[in-house]
Amino acid sequence: MKHILKLHVNGEDFEIFTEMNKTLLEVLREDLGFTGTKRGCDLGACGACTVLIDGKPYLSCLTLAIAVQGKKIVTIEGLAREGKLHPLQKAFIEKGAIQCGFCTPGMILTAKAFLDEHPYPSEEETKRAISGNICRCTGYVKIVEAILSVNENQ
Amino acid sequence: MDKLNVVGKREVMLDAWEKATGQARFTDDLSFPGMLFGKILRSPYAHAKILQVDLTQALNVPGVKDAITGRDIPKKMYGIVPMAKDEYALAIEKVRYIGDEVAAVVATSVEAAEEAILKIRVDYEELPAVFDPFEAMRPGAPILHSNVPNNVSASIRKEFGNVARAFSESDVVYEDTFETQPVNHSPLEPQAALAIVDLSGKVTLWSSTQIPFFLRRNLATTLDIPESKVRVIKPKVGGGFGQKIDLYAKDFCAAFFAMRTGKPVKFVYEREEVFTSTRQRHPMHIQLKTGMKKDGTLLAQQFKVVADGGAYNSTAPLMITLACYFIMLPYRLENLLFEGYHVYTNKPVGGAMRGHGIPQVRFAVETQLDMIAEKMGIDPLELRLKNAFLAGEPHPGKLLVQSCGFSDTLVKAAEGIEWKEKRGKLPFGRGVGLAGASFPSGVSNMSHISSGAIVKIERDGAVTLLTGAADIGQGAETVISQIVAEELGVTLEDIRITAADTEITPLDPGTFGSGVTLRAGNAAKMAALAAKEKLFEAVAEKMEVHSKDLEAKNRRIYMKDQPEKGMSLIEAIKIYQYSDRPMPIIGRGSYLPPAKEPTTLLKEDGNFSPAYSFMTQAAEVEVDTQTGKIKVLKMVASHDCGRAINPMLVEGQLEGSVVGGMGQALYEDVITDKGEVVNPSFLDYGIPTAMEVPSIVSIEVETNDPEGPFGAKESGEGTQLAPAPAIVNAIYDAIGVRFKTLPVTPEKVLEALWKK
Ligand code: FES
Ligand code: FES
Repeated sequence: MKHILKLHVNGEDFEIFTEMNKTLLEVLREDLGFTGTKRGCDLGACGACTVLIDGKPYLSCLTLAIAVQGKKIVTIEGLAREGKLHPLQKAFIEKGAIQCGFCTPGMILTAKAFLDEHPYPSEEETKRAISGNICRCTGYVKIVEAILSVNENQ
Repeated sequence: MDKLNVVGKREVMLDAWEKATGQARFTDDLSFPGMLFGKILRSPYAHAKILQVDLTQALNVPGVKDAITGRDIPKKMYGIVPMAKDEYALAIEKVRYIGDEVAAVVATSVEAAEEAILKIRVDYEELPAVFDPFEAMRPGAPILHSNVPNNVSASIRKEFGNVARAFSESDVVYEDTFETQPVNHSPLEPQAALAIVDLSGKVTLWSSTQIPFFLRRNLATTLDIPESKVRVIKPKVGGGFGQKIDLYAKDFCAAFFAMRTGKPVKFVYEREEVFTSTRQRHPMHIQLKTGMKKDGTLLAQQFKVVADGGAYNSTAPLMITLACYFIMLPYRLENLLFEGYHVYTNKPVGGAMRGHGIPQVRFAVETQLDMIAEKMGIDPLELRLKNAFLAGEPHPGKLLVQSCGFSDTLVKAAEGIEWKEKRGKLPFGRGVGLAGASFPSGVSNMSHISSGAIVKIERDGAVTLLTGAADIGQGAETVISQIVAEELGVTLEDIRITAADTEITPLDPGTFGSGVTLRAGNAAKMAALAAKEKLFEAVAEKMEVHSKDLEAKNRRIYMKDQPEKGMSLIEAIKIYQYSDRPMPIIGRGSYLPPAKEPTTLLKEDGNFSPAYSFMTQAAEVEVDTQTGKIKVLKMVASHDCGRAINPMLVEGQLEGSVVGGMGQALYEDVITDKGEVVNPSFLDYGIPTAMEVPSIVSIEVETNDPEGPFGAKESGEGTQLAPAPAIVNAIYDAIGVRFKTLPVTPEKVLEALWKK
């Protein structure tokens, strides 16, 4: 059964006529074209589909779209403001924390929510924070480095 | 060598910003109006005859547009190695493993396709199955492929020196058996394909592939249409590690359904399918006998290797050959007998994975070397240094090793892990270990392993580079662009690259065997040089000098010995145009790795690769004797990659490779029960997360290979050869227990400690 779904994504309001049982991941990718949100497993086990909902990281493959109506959703496409990269995006790029880039959107958003709460984390805390996000390419070394570097020089 | 401006710099990956902002498009991110979605029905049986398939009910599901079985497709086999073709895109008469492809449907939604799959009725006649390679080799065992009556589909026997005599002259002879497990590559992007067909009948396929040109060939074969009717485009690829080297049912089905329906068709695998029905690292059983002199001189080695290949060949002959060739390095070994067998079983299929057949035998060799060192009272580092192969030495197997920094990598890794201070001296539960290896930089002497490149210098000084090389996340496009920028004396920002589109870019075999930097890099360097020479000719004429006295750097062309005499690149282009030379300025390069000593791989001795890289891994571990858990505290990866074109990307390769190797040593295992994968998910499989990652030190040893572009060789694949034995050797140093099977799980540790 199709219904009107109202979502607030990356600062804009969307009305979508779609099936009510869709996950947020499906709606973002298929109905709204925010393909930056990745599907790595569809089972909540890789973190590639992470988005921010009211500032907190959620696995969009396990989240029903109708359950997050009225909330603020941020995908990787919404992180850069007015053409300016978020410091985390810059750090990931410059530190070589991106290889294939498939884990990157989820990783950056997880890190963003984490840094918002813990601006000066330790390495251990950082590793724990991203332990739900799998990266098969980088070995995480440069990812952790990038996250730690963001508030370092402030 | 002269000062380099772009090569050797920690340049940011060209497409990193696209990936950081969500703009990068992977196959599943692409879509077309009216696109259909496909699903594949897979066999629930390990071995069965397909008696009948009834699609009627599936076709009645609303939204379903088409459905096929193996009987509807051209009867054309495929395989990545032409001599080992043994697979149909969909099974035709029988299925050979749980997950084998039986039928496929397309529908207007994924849900409709999923529902339809459940409504396909298949009558199977179950056949006896075999799950163990040794049982499969016995007379009377179930036969998977009728043309291979003993299930041994590829084998190699290679001997040089005189092994029997060398053993009799040895002071000590050791014999051990080792076993490794199946490992899934687990690229984070699941396999995907999207096809459209135009009115002329030409198929365009976007695919998560490492090998666009081989895929084009295999797709044309299986669709039974000419290669010229197939265009393969590689969008961003979310990792491969070897798993995306084959054609898969998703590629064939997307194209075949697009041809049948006239609609765009997309197939995306679920994570479970990636585990059960793509490829995995071959589990191996390795018997190894080694003879040595009292002083630690390695005299002879004899191997008997049985690789469990699963239901199909994939890269079988190549895999078993590589396993053999790369025990011929990095040590001086005058007498070798290697027998290797690739055996069919009713299980998931083995294929190329980072290291391709070599990590398994490396594990055996490096573990046994430590065992021997201990029994003989020699330091394992000394034992390795004593036998380390040196550059320029004649190789008994006729490999041509022009640069070799192996000893250096050993020494530096040992320093990095504080070998002298720590080995044998840490408290119980802590220990250090190391292991060495060597890897090719692509393969010599096969003309289909050539790379081409085109470099165009535009009117405004921008450079357009066309290369067939397939960047799957390792940064090939960046590295090749750096090479071109260096050769032309421009900056990296001046380069615009188009890669891996079989219709537009020149031939390239793709990303495998670690040949990309050397092979595609050399082709691009040649193309850049050819374009530069055209420009130099016009400039030299104008300046009334010899073009050989000119040099290009910093967007200028000038006299080598009088740098102030010259002009900007833009002026040079103007001069070129005003001298009535034809535009555009195009340089072309085609590169085939030379074969000074040609080899036919399986039959004769000879050189195998244009260059060989060398590496040592050292590990420090901590074993929790209560829980059996092993924590890797530190890894040192020292790597002779010739010259690092981009040290930041090389480090990234080493770090990722080391962590993958650690996964193989301690956690990862595709567990099957009667052929059924019981842990086909990230939750149950055991990929290392950030929590398990040790501190990693990467050390680049530069040797400047004469054949490599700016001296560069392989990096990143060879690094996955030695982490497992380094870790296992460190575990021995920590708790005095020797593990000969992988992975070393907490249960195995506790059991061993209990027995001790
Ligand atoms: S796709 Fe959501 S966690 Fe993997
Ligand atoms: S960069 Fe490829 S999975 Fe993280």
